Amino acid sequence: MVAGFAPALHPRGERVQVKYCIQSHTIYQITVFVTQHATLPAPPFPVLRQSAKRSGMDYVAHDLACARGDRTVIAGVSFQLGSGQALILRGPNGSGKTTLLRCLAGLTPAVHGTTSFTPDDVAYAAHADGLKAQMSVTETLQFWATVFGAADVTPAIEGFALAPLLSRRIHTLSAGQKRRLSLSRLVLTGRPLWALDEPTVSLDVQAVAQFGAAVTAHLATGGAAIIATHIDLGLPDAAQLDIAPFRATPQTDTDPFLDEALQ
Amino acid sequence: MIALLRRDLMLAIRAGGGFGLGLAFFLILCVLVPFGVGPAPATLAKIAPGILWVGALLACLLSLDRIFQLDAEDGTLDLLATSPLPLEGIASVKALAHWLTTGLPLTLAAAPLGLLLNLPPQATPWLVAGLALGTPALSVIGTFGAALTVGLKRGGLLISLLVLPLYMPTLLFGAEAARRGAEGLDATTPLLLMAGITAAAIALMPFASAAALRMNLR
Amino acid sequence: MSIWKYANPTQFMRTTRWLLPWLSALAIMSVGTGLIWGFFFTPDDFRQGSTVKIIYLHVPSALMAINAWLMMLVASLIWLIRRHHVSALLARAAAPVGLVMTLIALITGGIWGEPMWGTYWAWDPRLTSFLILFLFYLGYIALWQAVETQDTAADLTSVLCLVGSVFALLSRYAVNFWNQGLHQGTSVPVATGGRTVADVFFIPLAISMAGFALMFVVLVLLRTRTEIRARRLQALLARERAAS
Repeated sequence: MVAGFAPALHPRGERVQVKYCIQSHTIYQITVFVTQHATLPAPPFPVLRQSAKRSGMDYVAHDLACARGDRTVIAGVSFQLGSGQALILRGPNGSGKTTLLRCLAGLTPAVHGTTSFTPDDVAYAAHADGLKAQMSVTETLQFWATVFGAADVTPAIEGFALAPLLSRRIHTLSAGQKRRLSLSRLVLTGRPLWALDEPTVSLDVQAVAQFGAAVTAHLATGGAAIIATHIDLGLPDAAQLDIAPFRATPQTDTDPFLDEALQ
Repeated sequence: MIALLRRDLMLAIRAGGGFGLGLAFFLILCVLVPFGVGPAPATLAKIAPGILWVGALLACLLSLDRIFQLDAEDGTLDLLATSPLPLEGIASVKALAHWLTTGLPLTLAAAPLGLLLNLPPQATPWLVAGLALGTPALSVIGTFGAALTVGLKRGGLLISLLVLPLYMPTLLFGAEAARRGAEGLDATTPLLLMAGITAAAIALMPFASAAALRMNLR
Repeated sequence: MSIWKYANPTQFMRTTRWLLPWLSALAIMSVGTGLIWGFFFTPDDFRQGSTVKIIYLHVPSALMAINAWLMMLVASLIWLIRRHHVSALLARAAAPVGLVMTLIALITGGIWGEPMWGTYWAWDPRLTSFLILFLFYLGYIALWQAVETQDTAADLTSVLCLVGSVFALLSRYAVNFWNQGLHQGTSVPVATGGRTVADVFFIPLAISMAGFALMFVVLVLLRTRTEIRARRLQALLARERAAS
């Protein structure tokens, strides 16, 4: 299995497009998405060979640049992920892991680049748990199941060992229990690509193993996962992507007010 | 969407949800006014329609910043935004929940509070009808204000500054209808004009709210 | 080349650098001519006496108060549709100027109203709608100040400007319904089709209005240049931080 990611190439031609994107990047983005999506070029980087037996959908991101606020934080991120595969994002604090995941989940539009999937394929789990102290565990699961149109909440309960907690109000749960409840929502979404931001914060060793098993189960059904984490989740086949090299540089930054200031 | 409405109502009613806070504020305001202007029945009758309307407006304003702020702080808003629900729908449901927990109780409480303020009895139906037709507009416009300020640390004060000028037409027609009612005149015209504003606000404001939310989530 | 090339900050700076001195000179000249002519070389009005001369301040500032909001509306639309940063900054730069124009119109109106109507303030439709406009300017500026991320601030204020315009218009006609006015009809002939002001008063008034319009343009361009420089500084500082 090959697990390598070349830094994105910036051929001369693309720089011209970035220049144009300075002036009106919304319109530019839409055009590119339509034209490039149809004829996605062969990636100029080593691709993960699919290890899963079934040939499901491939999740490809090509030359992504993502912004937080006014600033482009990371640029030139490319990856390809087959179904049944996991990708671990590594990088120091502030290197743009959260920004990239929010971008994949569709919360922030990409500054540049294309993806082969839409935000509707992505189940996003953030730092914050997104739980209400006044609701019970069952109510929470039922609510998210209805929102995502899931018929049954039992897979979520089984996958994250929530059965003993069902009738409890969330304000009585510990941080780790809340985290498990929050992650169990991923199962309910029924979406194939999980984008997880530091999912194991405040989980104990046993819960981490449980979570690893849940991810493995998800991968076994043909899903995929992109996980930003610092610890070992027990996913031996997972590829790693260090995103520190993709940090936006003055050359890739698209701040429109830099153009003359640079001269 | 109905699940979201049920969840919001549940959260409002349970401990710490702030349900009834607006109502209590409305009550206190109506009790304080006679202390401010004196207990003379004629004076009170003259200003009652205006006081009741301004009170309803301020009571509505009180709970606006909770509409999105709490969900934004604990990360629920991010998750809702990535869910299959359209943000326009989320904004509409939030406005409806706000109306059910604020506007509707205010409308129901207005008639008894009108007695406290010596509101002429012939004005009461006009006042209640006006509030029933006008408070939905207050909720949807307020939701827009809440969506604009959702990312801000101290958005509460800013909301009042942004939203109160937008409340002007509704307040004007609503109070005018109640005032005409108090004088025994027919108040259908201002009421219909206000209903028109409400209908347009309900139809259009969710799009503005959703746009503002999207911008704030970025 | 299309007009959109001025949406590029560099191009905008280059063009306004040589345009501004000329425009400023023109603005000073026409405001000066209009006001001096109006104040010293027009006869007193038959009924209003010399109080009428405040018209040379009042009408132009009221005109610009409304047009500044209109300009912000157009600039906001351009930002929302085409995302030209200069457009957003133009709207931002125009708001305080519009606010001051509204304030001038309100204050001069009060000063004029006292001898004419016997009161500084009346809840007349025109006066009230100007007060509402003033509140809209306040809210708009406050929102710009409150949001830290500049692009988000531009987005949000643009939406507010759009929604606010609809409601400002609505309020304008709602207050008509509410209270009959004291205020006279408009003095600007385009709005009425015929003149309501005699030529001897109108010519200096027209010069003064043109002067105020020019002054508005000059102030907005000047403020936009400042905003662009501030954004450049911000961008450079952020780049320094990123590099270190």
